[in-house]
Amino acid sequence: MNTTDIIQKIEDTLHTRIQEVEIKSTHRVSIWIDTEALLKAARVLLFELEFRFIIASAYQTKEGFEILYHFSFDPIGLIINVKVLLPEKKPEIESLCPILTAANWIEREMHELYGIFFINHPNLEKLISDGNWASGVYPYRRDHLTTESDI
Amino acid sequence: MGIKSHSFKKSLWLFHFGGASCNNCDIEILDCLTPRYDVERFGMKLVGSIRHADVLLVNGSINRKDKERLLEVYHQAPKPVLVVAIGACGCTGGIFAEGNTFAGPVDQIIPVDAYIPGCPPKPEAIIAGIVKLVNK
Amino acid sequence: MSKTIIPIGPYHPLQEEPELFKLYCEGEIVKDVQWVTGYNHRGIEKLSESKTFDQVFFLVERICGICSTSHPFAFANAMEEIISIEIPDRAKYIRSIIGELERLHSHLLWVGLAGHFLGYNTVFMWAWKYREPVLDLFEMITGNRNSYAMFKIGGVRRDIENAKIPAIRKVLDMVRKKTDLLTGAVMDDPVIHARTKGVGILTKEDIREYGALGPTARASGVAIDVRKDDPYAAYPLVKWKVITATEGDVFAKAEVRLLEMYESISIIQQCLDGLLRAKEGEIEIQVREIPMGIGNGHAEAPRGEVFHFVKTDGSQYPVRHKIRAPSYMNIATFKKSCVGQTISDATIALAAVDPCYCCTERMAYAYDYKSGEKILDGNELLRLGQQKTDAMRKQLKRKP
Repeated sequence: MNTTDIIQKIEDTLHTRIQEVEIKSTHRVSIWIDTEALLKAARVLLFELEFRFIIASAYQTKEGFEILYHFSFDPIGLIINVKVLLPEKKPEIESLCPILTAANWIEREMHELYGIFFINHPNLEKLISDGNWASGVYPYRRDHLTTESDI
Repeated sequence: MGIKSHSFKKSLWLFHFGGASCNNCDIEILDCLTPRYDVERFGMKLVGSIRHADVLLVNGSINRKDKERLLEVYHQAPKPVLVVAIGACGCTGGIFAEGNTFAGPVDQIIPVDAYIPGCPPKPEAIIAGIVKLVNK
Repeated sequence: MSKTIIPIGPYHPLQEEPELFKLYCEGEIVKDVQWVTGYNHRGIEKLSESKTFDQVFFLVERICGICSTSHPFAFANAMEEIISIEIPDRAKYIRSIIGELERLHSHLLWVGLAGHFLGYNTVFMWAWKYREPVLDLFEMITGNRNSYAMFKIGGVRRDIENAKIPAIRKVLDMVRKKTDLLTGAVMDDPVIHARTKGVGILTKEDIREYGALGPTARASGVAIDVRKDDPYAAYPLVKWKVITATEGDVFAKAEVRLLEMYESISIIQQCLDGLLRAKEGEIEIQVREIPMGIGNGHAEAPRGEVFHFVKTDGSQYPVRHKIRAPSYMNIATFKKSCVGQTISDATIALAAVDPCYCCTERMAYAYDYKSGEKILDGNELLRLGQQKTDAMRKQLKRKP
């Protein structure tokens, strides 16, 4: 399968849930989808197209919290970045854990660092913050200033 | 020279505490045991428990979680114990000193007797540092 | 039915961390694995935002000592994607040489540690002794044994002069002979077969589910290797093959790593030939400005795919820098590879994944349990593993 076929398949599955598609090259594509369509997109990528989940990265912008899910199609070296945008006041999204164990730790980490909540995550507990900073403190947020009182 | 300081001169038993490090220094310390540097011929060996140790080797930048454990380890060590801070991270925190979980270089947590700078310090430097310390 | 909990000792048996994992055990069999991390968290991603792009290379090198080159490699790939440049051939060869030399020293390190966990201390000493010439090579080429500072955006910082090439080839020949020695010692020894075959098995489905990478995945028949899938640097310019095995057990992982060393040596030899063809001194492209954009850079570290995601906005600093080391995905597979094993097989099953805690975060265990006491600590677990080897040796009537 080549990149064009893959993008076509994704567009056919998600229709209007896609906000924007950016094709940087045959190896690098970014797709911005509606937050609610995440599980559907993940299912088509992981199970129908046989992509591999690389990792997810979160980032806070003026518009809210952006999460990029990076997927790789190894036979042709294609990486697709699936972007969702969460509102700043209530950053919530469906967890990928029910369909993919590999997402477990990274969602916990994003929760600790940014305060994003993952619905249906089996154990959204502390991964790296225990002893390093207090609950409720999200060190990677823009408005956070590190102080001693973080403990 | 009392018996303690006399026996300190030979066969030092080392205990290694690794903080939040990149493992470079840890590997160089382990390298000291390998055939090329072979500190075992001096009777120095790495022990598994702080209670058997004469020298506490600390490396890595200490993050908040490690700080408590380092203090605990230091208090458990039978005195006298020599503390050696290894590597740039052990001495000053190195490149990670500005990180959001940094809890102070080693000498602000426990008293340090010797510093071995380097990133990582070569095994020769580590051995030289410990020997210098013992001769002091 | 009470479960006893056994904490497993540190990865390096001589490090302080007294607990990495706690295994819930019933009798001799491991039922569950729990862990907690955070001891190694240094806030690198945030630190990166305060460094200029040149400075970030020094930072990411120190994420991990053993895969020290793979992080700058992936970061450089990401940045060069944002700028859309192609570096000169000589720089590509140099990058690949450094990357493969690192793979050699990392696999030798692993062989030594695996030997130690099994009780073969001679293997440990030999493997680390033969690692030294590789580190000497690094010192000759780059100036340091462990953190090389060779990479920059647009190329490499230092050239490998053609005059040094014969010395490099000499060391490679020696390493090749010693790899023959180690491979023979490991692959033909019936005690090692007995200890590692069928232990810590991961199936293809497990690999997919956990997103496992590197030799861990290749040993289960999943042929993913960034150098082949999304080629970078000099890998498309030289001939080499991806090594896989099918059983997915500890033996298969050892086999993959040992055979990969031969491929690495072959790649380096071909890259040295390439250096002789390329013009000496042409090692970089001047980069003045970094445009706005995103870059997905990945590289094949000794443990699997290292992935760096960088977002830039035209300024001197990265706006977001996400780093994902292979051990982050591989370590989660412990749940599958350890559960169902006996306690004495636990250390080798854990070590087979070649976890790099500094890349991921050091592991330790902490939780409340209602019943059960600590019955074995890390050193004792290690000893158990070694005792089992002794027992098997006697059984098979082999000399140590």
